[in-house]
Amino acid sequence: MADLEQRRIIFKHIDEPGYSNDIACYVRNGGYEVLKKSVLRKPDELIDEVKKSGLRGRGGAGFPCGVKWGLVDRKSGKPIYLIVNADESEPGTFKDRYIMHQDPHQLIEGTMISCFANNVKQAYIYIRGEMPHGARILEKALAEARAAGFVGKNICGTTYSCDIFVHRGAGAYICGEETGLIESLEGKRANPRIKPPYFPAVLGLYQCPTIVNNVETLCHVKYIAEFGGIEYAKIGTPNNTGTRIFCVSGHVQRPGYYEFEAGKITMGQLLNDVCGGPLPGRKFKAVIPGGSSAKILRFGERYKGKRKVGADMVDYDWGVEDVPMDFDSLGMVGTMGGSGGVIVMDDTVNMVEALANINAFYSHESCGQCTPCREGSLWMKKITTRMVHGNARSEDAALLKSVADQIPGRTICAFGEACSWPTQSFIAKFGDEFKNYPESKKAVKPAEAQTLI
Amino acid sequence: MNLKAETLAKIDEVITHYPVKRSATLPLLHLIQEDMGYIPEKAEEWIAAKLEIEPINVYEVVTFYPMFRRKPIGRRHIKVCRTLSCALMGGYKTCEQFEKEFNTHRGEVSPDGNVTIEFVECLASCGTAPVVLIDDDLHEKVDCAKAKQISDQIKAEAKKR
Repeated sequence: MADLEQRRIIFKHIDEPGYSNDIACYVRNGGYEVLKKSVLRKPDELIDEVKKSGLRGRGGAGFPCGVKWGLVDRKSGKPIYLIVNADESEPGTFKDRYIMHQDPHQLIEGTMISCFANNVKQAYIYIRGEMPHGARILEKALAEARAAGFVGKNICGTTYSCDIFVHRGAGAYICGEETGLIESLEGKRANPRIKPPYFPAVLGLYQCPTIVNNVETLCHVKYIAEFGGIEYAKIGTPNNTGTRIFCVSGHVQRPGYYEFEAGKITMGQLLNDVCGGPLPGRKFKAVIPGGSSAKILRFGERYKGKRKVGADMVDYDWGVEDVPMDFDSLGMVGTMGGSGGVIVMDDTVNMVEALANINAFYSHESCGQCTPCREGSLWMKKITTRMVHGNARSEDAALLKSVADQIPGRTICAFGEACSWPTQSFIAKFGDEFKNYPESKKAVKPAEAQTLI
Repeated sequence: MNLKAETLAKIDEVITHYPVKRSATLPLLHLIQEDMGYIPEKAEEWIAAKLEIEPINVYEVVTFYPMFRRKPIGRRHIKVCRTLSCALMGGYKTCEQFEKEFNTHRGEVSPDGNVTIEFVECLASCGTAPVVLIDDDLHEKVDCAKAKQISDQIKAEAKKR
């Protein structure tokens, strides 16, 4: 069990008795020391550390942070903006909430180091509207940091100045998509922009080069600036460096947040050893490993293939429990690490009903500008809801699949993929359950089964 | 527009946060909704004038974002999370319990005007499901018993008014 120790670097102080979210407590624990040292270094050196660290974005896509920073247009003469994506909305994800509420100065320090590295003079923290206390805590923390010379004019007594403001969203999931977020910050509907040409690194906020990073990612930057990219890359596994915060919810004994080295823990260890296994008398049926749009995994299925271990190609034959929790391994079994939101379902759950719940979410959250997504997400919701509350037909599975298959690749943003992957994967893995639903829905449900739609 | 002096001061301050005034649309809508309880049509026009944009630019924002409302609601706003992790742990039952307690349906103001109950999408606290956001405060692990207890408290506070 020793290898199942959490490695808390980002969540080091979360839930620590006596730790408060004010600047005095943060400074007492060594806070802002990294920023003080960082502003004396060359910005390029800091970018280089992040590149060497192999840090991948923690918002969902897992895009290398150093590469993202490398794409920024630095020759345009326009100001460069940095936006903290704190619009944590992917169902199953709840890590950034705790960072912002309990350790806001960690985020501010990471943000300020990133701003300095990229010569940013103005940054915004875009926090979701449903976290009013979080917004107030951040505003208070920013005022404290400003008074102490860590934010605003002449940071740490240097000639470098940069301010950070909090900007609240208003309940739209699509604001987590970076170009939608930028539109929203410009005071408009959060309709994502088409790429090309609107790559944020070139034409972002106010048509200026813009960096959008997730809350957790920026906290990792602080750690990298402190210990160096090469040291950071020793944590985790190659290409999946650092730690990952797993947010476990649903049918396990101990749901919650757990920070481990990436790829050093398997799904089975996380769910059984860390989270205490299934609820009494029940069995795991399925798990969504990276937020609700990630493709579902069915307990009992096997994944086979070849993978790279060091320089060699090695055969693997995994069950769900054996899959290491990192971006690449989860990608190899046909799903994704995404935002780290692990949603667990046990044998009381009917998959048609669970999909109906997810489809209602995506239908509600489609911004509506691309027809395949707006109409497709709505029809997937209508069909699955009808199956549960009205007349279910055995041919509905094929109908759902045909709708889902017509969305991805035909939309401006990745929401098209996000809304079709649940339907595609539920039907691929639980097709029998969908086909038999007209009959099985007449049967008596287990006493513990919950209404899902 | 009868806004509190404090709201007006906050409005003037927040506009300075952005190089382009239009960016202040969402912050202004939040401030006005907090002050007035909802966004009346005249507020859309007022914001448009303040930010030197057209009223339609504000209207399209109000109608896009779920948190903005164009009609008044009950004195307390109960938002129950509907999304998967909460539903798996009984979120639908929690919502029904609140509806029963206040003799109303989701999306409506209760007959006594005390609450508006709403089903909302993921509130990002899935580990403590089911969760309920009442006004600004998050309540965790709200099963039916806890929903009843919270409802009793709201009713008791309403009586004192």
